[in-house]
Amino acid sequence: MSNTATAKKKNGFLAGTANYVDERVGVAGVLKEFGRKIFPDHWSFMLGEVALYSFLVLLLSGTFLTFFFQPSMTDVVYNGVYAPLKGAHMSIAYASSLDITFEVRGGLLMRQVHHWSALLFVAAAGLHMLRVFFTGAFRKPRELNWVVGFVLFVLGMAAGFTGYSLPDDLLSGNGLRIIDGMIKGVPFIGTWISTLLFGGEFPGHSIVGRLYSLHIMLVPALILVFLAIHLVMLVLHKHTHYSGAGRKDTNVVGYPLMPVYVAKAGGFFFIVFGVIMLIASFFTINPIWNYGGYDPSPVSAGTQPDWYIGWLDGALRLAPTHLEFMIGDNTLSMNILLPLVISLVFLALVALYPFFENWVTGDKREHHVLDRPRNAPVRTAIGAAGVTFYAVLWAGASTDLIATNFKMSLNQVLVTMQISLIILPIVAFMVTKRICLSLQRKDREIALHGRESGRIVRLPHGEYIEVHEAANEYDLFKLVDYKDYQPTLARPNAEGKITISARLRATASRFYFKDSVSPATMTEIEANAHHAHEIEEQVQKAIENQKL
Amino acid sequence: MSEQSKEVATTNHSSEAEHVYDGGLNVVHQDAVKDPGIEPHRVRMTDKSPKHEKNAVRQVVALFTLSMLGSAFALYAYFAFPINEDLTTVRNNTLFLGVGITLGLLGIGIGAVHWAKTLMPDNEVAEDRHAIRSPEDKRAAAIEVINLANQESGFSRRKLIRRTLYGALALFPLPGIIIFGDLGPNPGDKLRHTAWKQGTRLARDPYGTPIKASEITEGSVFHVIPEGLNPEQEDYLEQKSKAAVLLVRVDPKNLIESDEKKDWSYQGIVAYSKICTHVGCPVALYEQTTHHLLCPCHQSTFDLVDGCKVIFGPASRPLPQLPIYVDEEGYLRAQSDFHEPVGPSFWDRSAKA
Repeated sequence: MSNTATAKKKNGFLAGTANYVDERVGVAGVLKEFGRKIFPDHWSFMLGEVALYSFLVLLLSGTFLTFFFQPSMTDVVYNGVYAPLKGAHMSIAYASSLDITFEVRGGLLMRQVHHWSALLFVAAAGLHMLRVFFTGAFRKPRELNWVVGFVLFVLGMAAGFTGYSLPDDLLSGNGLRIIDGMIKGVPFIGTWISTLLFGGEFPGHSIVGRLYSLHIMLVPALILVFLAIHLVMLVLHKHTHYSGAGRKDTNVVGYPLMPVYVAKAGGFFFIVFGVIMLIASFFTINPIWNYGGYDPSPVSAGTQPDWYIGWLDGALRLAPTHLEFMIGDNTLSMNILLPLVISLVFLALVALYPFFENWVTGDKREHHVLDRPRNAPVRTAIGAAGVTFYAVLWAGASTDLIATNFKMSLNQVLVTMQISLIILPIVAFMVTKRICLSLQRKDREIALHGRESGRIVRLPHGEYIEVHEAANEYDLFKLVDYKDYQPTLARPNAEGKITISARLRATASRFYFKDSVSPATMTEIEANAHHAHEIEEQVQKAIENQKL
Repeated sequence: MSEQSKEVATTNHSSEAEHVYDGGLNVVHQDAVKDPGIEPHRVRMTDKSPKHEKNAVRQVVALFTLSMLGSAFALYAYFAFPINEDLTTVRNNTLFLGVGITLGLLGIGIGAVHWAKTLMPDNEVAEDRHAIRSPEDKRAAAIEVINLANQESGFSRRKLIRRTLYGALALFPLPGIIIFGDLGPNPGDKLRHTAWKQGTRLARDPYGTPIKASEITEGSVFHVIPEGLNPEQEDYLEQKSKAAVLLVRVDPKNLIESDEKKDWSYQGIVAYSKICTHVGCPVALYEQTTHHLLCPCHQSTFDLVDGCKVIFGPASRPLPQLPIYVDEEGYLRAQSDFHEPVGPSFWDRSAKA
C-alpha cells in the first residue's frame, strides 16, 4: 500500500495508472513479453495492415449506417427530399438508403466511406495474398495461416456481396437476380434453394432482411474470428523477413514494437482511415439515387458489379453458347455449372498450393527468410499464370464496355477473351519463368564479376575493357542467399518399389527445378576475383604508365 | 552453370532407396557465401544534427496541430453545412465534413509515422526465433496427459460408448438444419405459370394502359406487362419478374415462323418474354436494323425474327414467345399463358407439370 502511494507520488499519473492496472490484471508480464517484440520492416508488409485497418473502418462506418438503415422490403411510396423519385413505389430498404443519403448529415459521407473501404479491404487482402504467395511466406510453418487468410479473402467477398445487395436498388436487385438464376441452374436442388433463400419466388419480401443478418452479424463475426486466428498465428510465428545480411531462419531482424511499431502501425491506421475519408469526401461511389428502386423489368446497359465480383461475372459471360443439355426430361445448365466449377476449382487451387509445393520440395524445415520472387522461378510463373487467368475473367466482366468504348465488335471481344483465358496464362507462365531465370543469371553474373562501372580502359596492348566493381559483402550476400533446389529421381521405397507418387513427384520436381540457377559459391567468386585482380593490376599499370 | 550442384544432387543414385532429408530437394553448398551479419547502422541527419532534430520535432507538432484544426473544422462543418431540399447542400455537407475529418486523421497518422521515422531510434535489432515445434519433453508430457485422460475415461477401451457418442454427435445437428425448412415454401409449379391468361390485355410497363395493335409502328419496341398488374398488390414484383414481355413489330415478310406458332403473332407483331433464359436479367436492348435482342448483363443475343433463338452469348434456349391476338376493339390480348417456364433454366423445367 505504502509502495503504491509513493509510486504514485513519485512518477505521477501515468505510473499510478500503470500500477493500478497491473495490480488488477497483471499486465506487466504481457508488456515485458511483447513490448519489445521485433517486427521486420518492408513496404510490402503493409498490405495486410491496409486490409486490417480498412476492416476496422468498415466496422465503424457500418455501425453508423445500421442506426439509420431499415432492412425491410415492404412497399412504400417515397416522399423524401429527393425530388426525382417522389411518389415512386419502392422498398423501405431503398427509401431508408435514400434518407441516409439526403436527410442525414454525414450520411452520404459514411455510405461512401463504407463502400470505398469495402473495395479497399478486398483489394488490400488480395494484394497481401499475392505478396505472401510470391515471396513464399506460405511455407512451413505458415501453411495453415495461408488457409486462414484465404478464408478471410472469401469472407471478404461474401461480406461485400451481401452488403452490396442491401439498398435494394435497381443495380443490386439485378445482381441478386443473377444469383437467383445461377442457383436455379444447380441440378436437383436449385429451385428449392432459390425458394428457401428468397422466401418464395424471386424477389420476394425476405431477401434483404436475411442478407442484412448475414452482413452485419454472421459474416463480420466470422471475419473477426479468423482475423484473430490470423494475428495470433502471426505473433506465434513471428513475422518473416526478406533475405539479406544478418537475416536468418533462426532470427528476426527489425524494430521493436514499442515505441517504433506502435507509432508506425498506429499512425498507419490513421493514414489508411484518412485516405479512405479523403476519397469518400471527393468521389461518389454507388449513386443509388440514379438507379431507382428494384424493378424486374428495366435494366441499365453497361452495368458492372463491384470489382471483386467481376471475375465471377466474367466467368459467366465467357461460357460458350449452347452448353445446356437435356438428360431425359431434365435440364443440365452447363452454361452456369461450368463457370461455377471453374471458379471453385481456381479457389481450391489457391487454398491448397502451399501443400502442393511442400510435397514437391519435400522441405520439412521452417522458413522465415522470404524468397525473392526470381529465386523461385516456377512458383512465380505459376503465380503469374494464376493472376493472368483471374485478370482475363475479370476483364471478361467488361466485354460490353470494352466493345463500346473502343468501338469494337462485342462478339469479337468476347471470343478474344475466351481464347485469352486459355492462352494468356500459358504465355504468362513461360515469359515470367524466363524473366526470373534471366534475373537469376544476372544476379549470378554480378556476384561473380561485379557491377559494370561504365569505366572503359584501354590496355597497353590496345584491348578495351570495362572495369567491373565487385559488390560489397552485404549486397553480395543478398544475391546469393537463396535455397538451391534440384530435381529428384523416382526412387524405390524401403520395399524396393517405385511408387506412382514417387514418379509423380520426380516429374513435378523436374517441372519446378530442372532449369534452376544455382547461387554463386565462394569458390567460384574467389576464382573470378583472382581474375579480376589481375585485370585491375593491368589497369593500374596502364594508368601509371600514362602518368609517366 | 550449375553443373557442380547438379552433381551433388545426382550422386545419390536412382537405385538407392528413398531417403527423407529434412531439407528435401535443397542442395546445401559447403562453400556458400558467408553471412557478413547485419549491416552497420547508418546515422540519420536527425541523429547527428540538432538543427534537423529540432525541425523534425516542429514538423510533428505542426502535423498534430493540423489534425486538431481539422477535427475542429469538421465539428464546425457539421453545423455550418446543413442539408435541405437543395441537393447541392448534400455535396457541401459531405465534402466539408469529410475534408475536416480527413485532416484530423491524416494529421495524426502522418505525424506519428514521421515521429517514428525521424526521432525514434532506427537501429535494427535481431531477436532469436524459437522452433515452433514444442520441445521433446513438452511433447512427451502432452502425450502423457492425453493417455491419462484416455485411461481415466476409457475412451479407447469402451468402444460402445465411443461409437454411440459419434452417432449422437452426427445426428444432433440435423434438427438444427431442418428447422430452416420454413425459410421458403415448396417451389411447387409457380415457376411454370405467369400472370398471363387467355384474353389478358397487353399493357404498357409501368403505366398499365392497354395497347392497340394500330399504335405499334414497324420497328418500335413496347415494354409490356399484363393488364391489371399494379404496384399496390402484394406479389407485384414476383409477378412482374415472370410476366415482363417485349413487344416488337417487324416486317411480316422477315418473320420465320414454325407451323405450330404461325398464328402466335399479329401482322408482324411478336411478343417475347423479356426474362433472359440464361440467369434472368431483363433482355432490354433491341437493335432495330438486325432484329437482335441483347441482354445487357451477359450479352446473350437473340434473333427476334427467328423465334428468338440464341445466336451469341452464354444463354442456350430461345426466349419463350407469348401467343397474342387482336380483339374487336383493336387491343392486343394474350391467347394463353406462355407454353413453357420463362427465365433461367432449372433442373426439371421440361418435366410435365
